[in-house]
Amino acid sequence: MAQLQIEKTEAGITVMCSGRWHAIDLDQAAEAMASQIAALSGYEIVFDLAGIERIDTAGALLLQETERDLKAKGNIVRLRGAGAATQRVMTMTQRYAHPDAAFVAPVPGVLESIGIRTVELLRNTTRILAFGGETALAFMNILFSNGQLRLREIAYQINESAVKALGIIALTMFLVGIVVAYQSAVQLKIYGANIFIVDALGISILRELGPMLTAIVVAGRSGSSYAAQIGVMKMTEEIDAMRTMGFDPFAFLVLPRLIALIIMMPVLIFFADIFGLIGGMLIANTELGLSSTLFMDRFVEAVKLKHFWVGLVKGPFFAILIASIGIYRGLQVKNDTESIGINTTKSVVEAIFAVIICDAVFSIIFTELGY
Amino acid sequence: MGAVIEVENVVTRFGERLVHDRVSLHVEAGEIYGFLGPSGCGKSTLMREIILLEPVQSGTIRLFGDSVAALGFEQAQRLRQKWGVLFQSNALFTSLTVAENIAVMLKEYTVLPQRLIDEIVAFKLDIVGLSQKDGGLYPSQLSGGMKKKVALARALALDPPLLFLDEPTSGLDPISAREFNALILKLRDMLQLTVVMVTHDLASIETTLDRMAIIDERRIAAEGSLNEVKRVDSPFIRTFFGGNAS
Repeated sequence: MAQLQIEKTEAGITVMCSGRWHAIDLDQAAEAMASQIAALSGYEIVFDLAGIERIDTAGALLLQETERDLKAKGNIVRLRGAGAATQRVMTMTQRYAHPDAAFVAPVPGVLESIGIRTVELLRNTTRILAFGGETALAFMNILFSNGQLRLREIAYQINESAVKALGIIALTMFLVGIVVAYQSAVQLKIYGANIFIVDALGISILRELGPMLTAIVVAGRSGSSYAAQIGVMKMTEEIDAMRTMGFDPFAFLVLPRLIALIIMMPVLIFFADIFGLIGGMLIANTELGLSSTLFMDRFVEAVKLKHFWVGLVKGPFFAILIASIGIYRGLQVKNDTESIGINTTKSVVEAIFAVIICDAVFSIIFTELGY
Repeated sequence: MGAVIEVENVVTRFGERLVHDRVSLHVEAGEIYGFLGPSGCGKSTLMREIILLEPVQSGTIRLFGDSVAALGFEQAQRLRQKWGVLFQSNALFTSLTVAENIAVMLKEYTVLPQRLIDEIVAFKLDIVGLSQKDGGLYPSQLSGGMKKKVALARALALDPPLLFLDEPTSGLDPISAREFNALILKLRDMLQLTVVMVTHDLASIETTLDRMAIIDERRIAAEGSLNEVKRVDSPFIRTFFGGNAS
């Protein structure tokens, strides 16, 4: 530990310094300097360094800074008794002194941060347009020129981002089916309208809950993995390497993911519908005494096929939103670790938000059209 | 001066693959010591075992006289404050500025006033050859050579007596590499450091290293100064030093 002992003598003040003046042991000495010595003025102050066992540059800089401050306040400061090792370190720090060093990160003002955000928003808009354009271009290239659709990559993505998600989607929807059925059962029982649970469940799951929850699970699971994976590929210059080999990242990375999700989203929604209804059927049976045969009969009678189609049609649109936002966020990753975290988070939040807006728009359109 | 690092009979294996077979060496205080050898010979692994990133499977490693295997948490933490490590990829914290990167250990382990920390940071920037205005930049804004210097300044933040460098000149152009070697020599004398480096660079080996160990075929093929090492007959040494070998 670095130690200070302050003695008042006739001539002035003597500060006896002793101990290990290493950066790690310096807290007390620095505190004592600030509280007891820094405020003095008009004294003759002697620092006795004979007791210092070891000193490093941080200790020397502390002494030097104190000496400078005291001199500025009109004190006479002398250092004495420095051993050879101490003297060596002090000479070194004096040579590289930076009395005016200050590393304060500038905090932008209100106006400046509004400006920064506005510019960022505009740039982001152009980047999104560019992303859409490049993706469309890569697609056109495949359709009309000699470009190749990467079927193997699409199949791989279908397996990774859709088939492997079946389990979690099935479980989620099964539980949601149970919850919705349970809540409805309590209300319907009051009116003796037990049979209408089939209508309620059928329409709500097929039209809204199935597609929405599938989209949310896929956004959280596959959208985020697109962002993280492509982000790291960008940091490790893999994407640049692909470009130099003449592999268009939009044909190799973007389109396979996009197409895989567009194909698979309706399939996933179909699965979600089945498992949601199974959950509901279970509760209808246990809570309302509705046998599965009766449930099926009523289902065919009460729930029109159009509800199923309305839910399924949303699939590809949700897929486009989730995949493009995930990939776009991945491509926005800069060369630092923080931006991976930020962009992955954004990919999920923005994708879910976009899906909900898209769903609301569909809701209005289908209702107005009379579906 | 006594030995700072003593490695005795260290055996390391990854699965079936034997990496080190009873490796022993010692590093004296104040010297610049090199680990040399072909790629994949376990130079970096040995260094990682010394700096407590990998467990020692068999054998002993002593740092400043204490065996690293027997260290408790507190002792290990204190040991970590006695060395600085410069990683091959620099490993700068990308979310922090240069000045914050250098100050990170000072901020965590001490309660020194900001003014003093700033002055310490400025001092460290100066001795590695960077200017004060570089302190406000982020790692992504720096060139390769500057990143190395910042990483070196960060490794020196607490004035550690021991410095580890993992391939410090890889990825630098010859001029920057030469500058960096000169810088290591200067800092060794200024701060009285003991330096251990893993290197492939012939220029570094010839100009900076006092002693070196050559790890080949899972063992220490040779240990000593450049001239001593060159005299040892081993296929790696013959190819590596090429025409220079006597």
